[in-house]
Amino acid sequence: MSDLTVSNGTLALAFILVLIALYIGYQEKLKFNKEILIGVVRAIVQLAIVGYVLKFVIHANEIWLTLACFAIIVINAGWNAGKRGNGIPKAIPISLFAIAVDTITTVAILVATGSIKFIPAQIVPFTGMVASNIMVAIGLCFRNMKQTFADRHQQILEKLALGANIKLASIDILRESIRSGVQPTIDSIKTMGLVSLPGMMSGLIFAGVDPVKAIKYQIMICFMLLESTSLGSIISCYLAYKQFYNQQKQLNDELIS
Amino acid sequence: MIEVKNLNYQVGQQKILKNINLQVPRDAYITFIGPSGSGKSTLMRIIASMLNATSGEVLFNGKNQSEYEPTHYRHKVSYAFQQPTLFGRTIKENLEFPYLVRRKEFDRSLVTQYLEMVNLNETYIDKSVNDVSGGEKQRIALLRNLIFPPEVLITDEVTTGLDTENKTIVRKLIDQFNKERNVTVLRVTHDDTEISEAHNTITIENGEIKNV
Ligand SMILES: Nc1ncnc2c1ncn2[C@@H]1O[C@H](COP(=O)(O)OP(=O)(O)O)[C@@H](O)[C@H]1O
Ligand SMILES: [Mg+2]
Repeated sequence: MSDLTVSNGTLALAFILVLIALYIGYQEKLKFNKEILIGVVRAIVQLAIVGYVLKFVIHANEIWLTLACFAIIVINAGWNAGKRGNGIPKAIPISLFAIAVDTITTVAILVATGSIKFIPAQIVPFTGMVASNIMVAIGLCFRNMKQTFADRHQQILEKLALGANIKLASIDILRESIRSGVQPTIDSIKTMGLVSLPGMMSGLIFAGVDPVKAIKYQIMICFMLLESTSLGSIISCYLAYKQFYNQQKQLNDELIS
Repeated sequence: MIEVKNLNYQVGQQKILKNINLQVPRDAYITFIGPSGSGKSTLMRIIASMLNATSGEVLFNGKNQSEYEPTHYRHKVSYAFQQPTLFGRTIKENLEFPYLVRRKEFDRSLVTQYLEMVNLNETYIDKSVNDVSGGEKQRIALLRNLIFPPEVLITDEVTTGLDTENKTIVRKLIDQFNKERNVTVLRVTHDDTEISEAHNTITIENGEIKNV
């Protein structure tokens, strides 16, 4: 494992890479140098904290600590996805609920099938991976839903005027929004191994694991991501579309404009 | 059959409808006129349960509008838009929509009869929504409101922007449903011919019914 050690000195030298980015930003007046610096500092601080926390959690190997990590990841992911639904009432509770149900289901299936073990060294990183993918999926669902409700405002009014219930009036939007949440996962799976080696697999190969074994993990992760992004998208979209209507099955006009 | 009592509609500080009172008897054919921006569409949308009044009430067959399940109410009181959009890809998806809403099977031969009432024919069912003219679009849109005849049809400037021929077809269709199917009609229009032929007109100005 000594192959994998990055010394502090090496890391400091690798900062040259950031300097290159900053130089490009400066030369081309891209105006994101401040953002890059903040981003880099945040990443260093956050990762350092996470590294020590994980070291502690994995070492302690306590169920309640593992569950606490699980809860923190889920709440963070739910909160962030919900913010992308800004403008949809109850977006944050909806995404928290969807991510909680989805992550619990997914991780429970993985543990029950023996794909991963119920130990912090496996539960915590997997939860992070699952939750972050659902977070992105739900964020896309919300964004797509807001946009399509605005675009098809007139059409929905007409469907409601013809006596459609809110589900029938929004079914196209519902389907498209769910698809928009799952599509990136499908796209990335289609090119997996051809365009990029996924992070987890690269990591394993890097750490000296037999690539064929690493592939099995990656295949499992594909299955898991398909299931979790689908489930999260469905739950959040089915809860979110109702927020665009009031009790009298009218479109909430102030949401759309 | 429709009764509007002391109805007000307000957005922020702006009073859009002021103390509207209205009695619409069964089988009536009422034409609403008035300058644009006077509140005609707003009133029609409230009657169609597409919008909630700020205060006052709308009674339908003696019962308060709010006591009806909104979708059932809209089956009975049907609102037609000035510039309708067609749904999906084909005309069929549009003519099928009223069936879908009622969980019924599409009746091709009945729909063909309806198409013929507006000078269209069966071949239209399978046409793309992009292959029909503006006038044809409005005729098809109105059929969506009428395939299951409502008790009240509200037409909000449905002939505005159409040529004379299309206007005549649309008017004939609405008249026919009023006379033969006892559909009560509330019509908003700016059209001179329609206004001159109207028997029963109500003028709305500045959100109020103007007393004649
Ligand atoms: N949601 C709304 N917010 C603010 N103003 C509105 C809203 N809906 C309608 N209005 C205003 O109400 C007035 C009446 O509109 P409308 O009923 O469409 O008139 P008409 O159909 O007679 O032309 C207009 O001044 C319009 O700008
Ligand atoms: Mg109008």
